[in-house]
Amino acid sequence: MMKIKAEAQERHVLTITVDNEAGILAKIAGLFTARGYNIDSLTVADITDEHDVSRITIVTHGPPAVIDQIHAQLERLVPVHKVTDLTEVGPYVARELALIKVAGKGENRVEALRLAEVFRANVVDTTTSSFIFELTGAPDKIDTFVSLMKELGLVEVGRTGIVGMIRGAEAA
Amino acid sequence: MKSERSGAEILVESLVAKGVEFVFGYPGGAVLPIYDALFGDERIRHILVRHEAGAAHAAEGYARATGKPGVVLVTSGPGATNAVTGIADAFLDSIPMVVITGQVPTALIGSDAFQEADTVGITRHCTKHNYLVKDPAELATIIDEAFRIATEGRPGPVVVDIPKDVQIASTRWTGQATQMRNRYAPQVEAPSDAIAQAVAMLATAKAPVFYTGGGVINSGPEAARLLQELQTLTGAPVTSTLMGLGAFPAAHKDWLGMLGMHGTYEANMAMNRADLVVCIGARFDDRVTGRLDAFSPDSRKIHIDIDRASINKTVRVDLPLVGDCGRVLHQIITGWLDAGHQAQDLTEWHARINGWRARNSLAYPKRTNGEIMPQLAIERLYELTKDREPIISTEVGQHQMWAAQHFHFDRPNKWLTSGGLGTMGYGLPAAIGAQVGCPDALVIDIAGDASIQMNIQELGTATQFRLPVKVFILNNEWMGMVRQWQELTYESRYSSSYSDALPDFVKLAEAYGWKGIQIDTLDQLDDGIRAMIDHPGPVIVDCRVTKEANCFPMIPSGAAHTDMILYGDEVAGTMDDEAKALV
Repeated sequence: MMKIKAEAQERHVLTITVDNEAGILAKIAGLFTARGYNIDSLTVADITDEHDVSRITIVTHGPPAVIDQIHAQLERLVPVHKVTDLTEVGPYVARELALIKVAGKGENRVEALRLAEVFRANVVDTTTSSFIFELTGAPDKIDTFVSLMKELGLVEVGRTGIVGMIRGAEAA
Repeated sequence: MKSERSGAEILVESLVAKGVEFVFGYPGGAVLPIYDALFGDERIRHILVRHEAGAAHAAEGYARATGKPGVVLVTSGPGATNAVTGIADAFLDSIPMVVITGQVPTALIGSDAFQEADTVGITRHCTKHNYLVKDPAELATIIDEAFRIATEGRPGPVVVDIPKDVQIASTRWTGQATQMRNRYAPQVEAPSDAIAQAVAMLATAKAPVFYTGGGVINSGPEAARLLQELQTLTGAPVTSTLMGLGAFPAAHKDWLGMLGMHGTYEANMAMNRADLVVCIGARFDDRVTGRLDAFSPDSRKIHIDIDRASINKTVRVDLPLVGDCGRVLHQIITGWLDAGHQAQDLTEWHARINGWRARNSLAYPKRTNGEIMPQLAIERLYELTKDREPIISTEVGQHQMWAAQHFHFDRPNKWLTSGGLGTMGYGLPAAIGAQVGCPDALVIDIAGDASIQMNIQELGTATQFRLPVKVFILNNEWMGMVRQWQELTYESRYSSSYSDALPDFVKLAEAYGWKGIQIDTLDQLDDGIRAMIDHPGPVIVDCRVTKEANCFPMIPSGAAHTDMILYGDEVAGTMDDEAKALV
């Protein structure tokens, strides 16, 4: 009988600058689905005063040859200016923002606030029985904080997905 | 108000500015303003097809035969969706094409209006680029860029979707696009150090092969000439993909024939044993490579391709040269001459190739009962027409592979076939498009009895525009390639592959004002072909051939180049699941 085989995967962070035109996000997201690539996270916002150029950060995973194909296929799209594989070029900074709602009373509430201080999370909303924490950092820092909050009354998590940039003085 | 023009008028002026002479199309509600702008305009001839699929394939045939971009004009909704197969076909085969689609008025977009379809969404992944035009002031700029994207770099289809209100609304018009965009600038030449490396690899190879593809044709006749020049300098044998036939003359002594699934024994063995493979404008398609881990295992590989995404997509190469085939070939030739290289002594390599050639892999059993073997029909068609250097289109299936094997091409732009997408119904409209672009050429669609029915309505188009295309049907009353696969892999369980209830093709021809000829036996074959050529108008030839003939040689799916099946080999009739799962 035939079985579907799996291949070794790598995780890569790509940044893409594009013309900010109608349908560009669908084009890029659709390229990933059409060719069977994976999107772990995707962030996008325009970055120029004229609002005509957007910068996208995509986190993907796949075998090395597929990562190279993703890079080439993205570059082939007419509205794409530049694709940088941060994981390849590195070292790079990757940051993510999360909003984390925690509800509870008594000792749990105190402990949640204490941990938030340790993680340098801001309290952006509070009631007598809940907090919303705003936390920025590398994804694993947020993972850790969220898993700690699970014991203390975690209600809801919202994450932006990461924005990445090459370290040093040069543009990517 | 001379300085104000409607979107539809600007579109027509922009097409004329791009040198467009023919538009293949079909009118409808959402393109009425454009059709009105075309009315009485002598500069652009509109070829009215019978179905939008025919328009797209006709534009492809026109593009392939002339080297100029094909232009399609269809209405919104079903007009656009009917054209999608042809757009996808052009995308896979890198055919330059600009498709103008009407769209419902801007205010109605998204309201499920009559004949509304999300054309930009539907065609997003089968076009090189597409546009929804929001303002007539953008139109000239977009049309200019659309033609450049369609024709430059790796060619492909571009869709321009124009809402009806944008066609009617007017804007200031100075006679040309005010703002040219130049964001699209593909790399056409390879870096000189990479060229030097390629030259060195070529100069030391003992068993080199040129593996060429449709990219050489797309690059233009000069690329085909340069390929011959480089071949003469190096003495390396040449094989080609289906799409590349004609880029190197089949009459040349170092021509190996086509490679791949239905390629020749010598071509596939040479690829397998080569120490250097130079891939020029081809893309290591699964039909070419066979089993990937056994593909040309001992060779170093150079890959010339204008599309960076084709590099290392399926086969890892040692040296990528991203650039236009013609330009890069020129760079390599210059590098070779500057370095003062002489051709290697390839006597031993050619001797091995001649050994493989001696297997005579295209041989097929002869019939003595008057039946016509389909291969023989193609051979006779070739012999009786070759002086006219005909343009040959095909549908998809056994007849297509037999045509690729037994019809021979010495020049580019003479062979029009659906390679990547494998679209049945391509051949007749493609022949019509080619005849429009090359009115004096002998254009023949080599067809099968099943495929020809997929766009049979286009017979009317040829009649209307007095296009003397010929359709040569190899009629075996089967979807032959499906039947062949069922015989080889499903123990001859012929599930739905019999062509039942075939029409009388002669009467059908006559009903459309064509001439119809039926050939039943071998002694009628040559006369039938001559009668077809001699008739000044369009002709259908219904050539009845041996029903159970198979297309060999064949690399079964999942097999290596060295595991070819030739006529007379034992064939099991079964296949394991891994092999069945391959396309």
